[in-house]
Amino acid sequence: MSQPIIAIERASKSYRNGQQFALHDLSLEIEPGTFVAVVGASGSGKTTLLKVMNRLAEVDSGTVRVSGQPVNDRPGHELRRSVGYVFQGIGLFPHLSVAENIGITPRLLGWDSAKIDARVEELADLVALPRNVLRRLPAELSGGQQQRVGVARALAAKPAILLMDEPFGALDPITRDALGSEVRRLHESLGLTTVMITHDVLEAVLLADRIVVMRAGRIVADGSPQSLVSGHPDADVRAMMEMPRRQAERVRAVLERNSHG
Amino acid sequence: MDERVAGALRLLPDYLGQHVLLSASSLLLGLAVSAPLVVLARNSARVRWPVLTFVSVIQTVPSLALLALFYPLLLALSSLSLKLFGHGFAALGFLPSLLALTLYSMLPIVRNGVTALLNIDPAVMEAARGVGMTPRQSLFRVELPLAMPVIMAGIRTSAVWVIGTATLSTPVGQTSLGNYIFSGLQIENWVSVLFGCLSAVALAVIADQLLALVENGVATRRPLRVWLGLALLVVGVAAAIVPTTHGAKSAYVVGAKSFSEQYILADLMADRIVRAGSSATQRIGLGSVIAFKALSNNEIDAYVDYSGTVWANVLNRKDSLPRAQMLDEMTRLLKEKYGVTLLGSLGFENAYALAMRGDQARSLNVRSIADLAGHAGELRLGTDFEFLARPEWAALRDRYGLAFREERQYQSTFMYRAVASREVDVISAFSSDGRIAAYDLVVLEDAKQVILPYDAIVLLAPRRAGDATLRRALMPLIGAVPIEQMREANQMVDRDENKVSPAQAAQWLAEKAGLAGLN
Repeated sequence: MSQPIIAIERASKSYRNGQQFALHDLSLEIEPGTFVAVVGASGSGKTTLLKVMNRLAEVDSGTVRVSGQPVNDRPGHELRRSVGYVFQGIGLFPHLSVAENIGITPRLLGWDSAKIDARVEELADLVALPRNVLRRLPAELSGGQQQRVGVARALAAKPAILLMDEPFGALDPITRDALGSEVRRLHESLGLTTVMITHDVLEAVLLADRIVVMRAGRIVADGSPQSLVSGHPDADVRAMMEMPRRQAERVRAVLERNSHG
Repeated sequence: MDERVAGALRLLPDYLGQHVLLSASSLLLGLAVSAPLVVLARNSARVRWPVLTFVSVIQTVPSLALLALFYPLLLALSSLSLKLFGHGFAALGFLPSLLALTLYSMLPIVRNGVTALLNIDPAVMEAARGVGMTPRQSLFRVELPLAMPVIMAGIRTSAVWVIGTATLSTPVGQTSLGNYIFSGLQIENWVSVLFGCLSAVALAVIADQLLALVENGVATRRPLRVWLGLALLVVGVAAAIVPTTHGAKSAYVVGAKSFSEQYILADLMADRIVRAGSSATQRIGLGSVIAFKALSNNEIDAYVDYSGTVWANVLNRKDSLPRAQMLDEMTRLLKEKYGVTLLGSLGFENAYALAMRGDQARSLNVRSIADLAGHAGELRLGTDFEFLARPEWAALRDRYGLAFREERQYQSTFMYRAVASREVDVISAFSSDGRIAAYDLVVLEDAKQVILPYDAIVLLAPRRAGDATLRRALMPLIGAVPIEQMREANQMVDRDENKVSPAQAAQWLAEKAGLAGLN
């Protein structure tokens, strides 16, 4: 077993003076090259789990290691420049052009302009963004295009790790499906380690190598999509994970009824 | 062209230049002070409340009072610095105006800045952290650019306020477009008042439009507009300032309080200095007490005051002495306490006097203040701003038993108008004022000699005590201005028809005194 690229050990983080836990004595190791989906109800601690990986949030106790190094060993902004992060609300800078948005992290790292321009065009092609939108402002783009920019921005400085917080939550189903597949393809071709939060179990099943289910700051289930879909001792987990299959069966039933009709 | 418009235009380069210099400096200083305050207030809720409260409270202080308050404050600091470091600084003119206007400029900048920075979309702020920005990078690359349109709107508001309020810096000795307004108000030259207002309005509109261009450029990401707007602002400010800084500095500064007689006498003295082969500028429209402080602090070199005013307000004397004795005593005390030289009396008196309309005085059969006492309960008293606070009003009231039905205060021009139009019945007139005759007013006799003598006296600053040029220029004026001529000169300036400028009236006085062709 290779060395984990992300290792969280007995991490806790609480709000309201310990009344409510976002992370409750949580441990998690992620192998390089894995696509992990984190699912769970709202308030289960998914986003906090993602944020402690690049120090957008700090743990109260426990340790978080990225590439073997404790995250607190270096300044947060340096860590964050080396980890790609796609925000739930996209969070594009409204006053910067699409190209400037994508090139922001390389610029902070002091790349020269020619190198940044080349990288931006490369990324536009990679996320299937037409070249002619690069000079526009984010507000002039469709929701799907904006999220492509968000993904390109996260990947600009060639990070080994990509963290995504419900990246496709606000998109229509068709765009969502297409973008999901493309991200999976990028994950493969770039050799990324990807952690994606989603509330859509079907998306998790279709995209991830590994699914982590959270409840009240703890991991209640952790395994491959196959293993979780085919049954789990925890009733809630089972109910959640069986959802895609039940829906698929209902769709099949509808189709059969129509063809017999 | 109307002579009054032509006269106003001649003064424009100097007034406009000074006004622009003051406004631009105040706004820049205001920006420099506000910027760190805005960032501090954004970072800490504990700082935010005191900062916002402070700038709001400043705004509620009447602007004229704010300007006036900086004078004594700076004077105290200047004398402290003189004691500690061996040299003081000018407490009059540019510095107090700059500081007051700077404080005044801060509210819109700080309030808009704080509001804009606190209202930036949290998702964008988090993204700034997420892509690896330090807090400083987030501020300069994301938050400030996003807040800039609102901040620019605050700067525009501030610029308009400062340009308007700068007109009020005239009474603390700073030349500005307000000189048109204050002197115009005193000598009832409404063309001058209007000219001052319109110039200030035009200046504010131009500055606002150029800043709007910058704001628009910032909001729409068009750097060309930003630079064009800024370049035009810089060129405009430079073009306005250059003529005022270009001329050589004058050797002497002559001061004047804010009424016609003072303007005429300042012109008369300045003209004498020029004829003596030197140069002089004027600081006109000074507050009554500020004028003496400015003189004793060497900020002006000479001006005319009145013996009773100096006796009561400067030397704080409550008693009264016979005229000659008072002058001797005052000459000695001013030298001893302030180093100020009393060069001599011009030859006329401008005393406070109670006056009323001739027709009313005759019908009530009132000739003296003692006669007036019996009718005072049915009459209304109009005064200038300082009379009711002076010791001689208290003395008059007590010695004659005066109790008026109502007391109202006016700017002195309007005080005369008020008695003429029967809004009040008795006023605190000035005995050398041409308007006493013009409005057919009767001066009531002060049989008990409660009112102090008010000889017009020439005072010289401590550093000019032994100045031969200044003495040579001003000595011929001593004893050379009789009351009748002063009254007529005042009337020439104050009347509605055939008005002349204070300079022309000064010329007339010089001719009458036989000084026109002399050195």
